[in-house]
Amino acid sequence: MSVSEKYVAAAYLVVFAFVVVYLAIMALKLTRLEREVGELTELARRRMNG
Amino acid sequence: MLAALAAGLLCAAIALIFFYAPVDADQGLSQKIFYFHVPIAFTAYACFGWGAWKALLVLWKRKPGADQESYVAIHQGVIFGALTLITGSIWAKISWGVWWTWSERQLVLFLVLFLFYCAYFMLRFSVEPGPQRENLCAVYALFGVVLIPVSFLAIRLAENFIHPTVFTSRGPQMATSQFATFCVALAAMIALAGTLYRVELLGKRLDARLRELRELLT
Repeated sequence: MSVSEKYVAAAYLVVFAFVVVYLAIMALKLTRLEREVGELTELARRRMNG
Repeated sequence: MLAALAAGLLCAAIALIFFYAPVDADQGLSQKIFYFHVPIAFTAYACFGWGAWKALLVLWKRKPGADQESYVAIHQGVIFGALTLITGSIWAKISWGVWWTWSERQLVLFLVLFLFYCAYFMLRFSVEPGPQRENLCAVYALFGVVLIPVSFLAIRLAENFIHPTVFTSRGPQMATSQFATFCVALAAMIALAGTLYRVELLGKRLDARLRELRELLT
């Protein structure tokens, strides 16, 4: 692999890594939101049952 | 739908960059960075512009949710701005032998624009949520948008060029195949930014509604 090829690969990998990290952060956030929805549903159910 | 479009366009752009666009006679393979670097920079400008438009709606029409939309757009702009600086530095290292040069107005002005919008977050998180924060952030976002044309035109006003000028008053200075590849890459980046904008906005709205629901239930 030539020096030019290494730099070009690095530039494209940076962009790819950003997309992967962003998706990972969003996946973590979705997991947290799903957990919170579960907790709130449980809380509402308990309220309804008295 | 938009996510699928972004993924498709990104795949098409990569295929065109490496299998269709010719290797530049002057810069060689390193010119391939152009197809991501410039669209990312344009996308950052578009995000800042969108953020400013939403900020204008906050001040002008008091549109509910516009403040959050402006914040998310600026957040996207800062991310794409950071990517512009990183990919640009890598390209500079191959082409000029240095990671950064302070003598180029284009680079310095883009850095100023980037740092200006980084400071937006310091302002936002130092003020309590409410109308005052919305107004301050909106005014700041509108001030920042003035720097965009300055940054874009800086290269045309510069006296000593190192940074290449591709888009001139005579049109794009590149082959048709290169320009077509660039257009696909630009569409891909805008679609990617649009997808991430919608996903982030959706997450924030959902978060706010859940917080409201929790307050009602407890």
